[in-house]
Amino acid sequence: MKFTLVILGAPYSDSASQSALAFAQAALDDGHSIHRLFFYANGVYNASRLAAPPQDEHDLPASWTQLIKQHQLDAVVCIAAALRRGVIDATEAKRYQKDSNNIAEGFELSGLGQLIEASAASDRLLTFGP
Amino acid sequence: MSTLHTVNKSPFADQTLQSCLTLCANGDSILLIEDGTYGALTAAPTTALLNSVIARGITVYALGDDLAARGLHSQLNNITTINYQTFVRLSCEHKTIQSWY
Amino acid sequence: MKSLLCISRHSPYGTAIAREALEAVLAAAAFEQNIALLLMDDGVWQLKDQQQPIAGIQKSLARNLNALEMFGVDTVYAHQPSAQKRGLNTAELCIESIEWLDDDQVRQLISNHDHLLSF
Repeated sequence: MKFTLVILGAPYSDSASQSALAFAQAALDDGHSIHRLFFYANGVYNASRLAAPPQDEHDLPASWTQLIKQHQLDAVVCIAAALRRGVIDATEAKRYQKDSNNIAEGFELSGLGQLIEASAASDRLLTFGP
Repeated sequence: MSTLHTVNKSPFADQTLQSCLTLCANGDSILLIEDGTYGALTAAPTTALLNSVIARGITVYALGDDLAARGLHSQLNNITTINYQTFVRLSCEHKTIQSWY
Repeated sequence: MKSLLCISRHSPYGTAIAREALEAVLAAAAFEQNIALLLMDDGVWQLKDQQQPIAGIQKSLARNLNALEMFGVDTVYAHQPSAQKRGLNTAELCIESIEWLDDDQVRQLISNHDHLLSF
């Protein structure tokens, strides 16, 4: 089966990110494929590489980055939701004259069209809400 | 084809589980996750409704990791405790997944 | 083409979820996808007339709801028992064409779609 997961919760705020990560891992372990991870609403905060949780806590954003890298997953962060929340890549930082960017490796800013395309291309669409 | 419903809110605080139980259809399944697992307690305000939904053939599950984290175990013997592997399998077996939060 | 049903269950101004649900619906419509919107539970508050968001701070959600038709989303579905439970006056709402559904019709609507977007 081909899955698309929509993640709407921020790490360390609610459980959406943690549950989605565990689901994604289980689906991949079971031989399924993930067509796209779509980070939307507060879920965009999962894509910040500047999160610095204490050492005795699970580093959720790092775990996402690792999973994405390991399985070469397509991880899209909704650009409109991200920019208004301060999650930004180098191109957008330049466009909006910001002094820095923070998007983690493996994530890509793009439009809501990527969610719509993913839903059309996937067998199953799951939302992980806050 | 049927729907898998996930519910992640405590029925002691929120109407989410009640709405889900009211609108689920025959052949659907319900999975209690995160704070939704408090719905597996006999003291939950939704217990009577939940039992009636199970009686008409809807299967209810609870995620074991989320029960355990909260120091809970399902007090309703008609709720099945499952792991993420089974969560994945259930989402394959149903056509759509509605997430109630 | 796969059909998408967006189920929006949250009230309009307390959190960004209702707004971001509508933005997803508008995007799907802009990409000419088969998309429908169902408002239920607190989501029916999005239909309330006389919404007066704070100028310069909050953006009107009613305006986005009104834009749906222009983007080709012809029908907005709403769960009648949710409105009734909340005492929402269904005679005076911020959009005109709404198709009210009872519990059975909501079950039917869900089963008629390939994917659900849960907001």
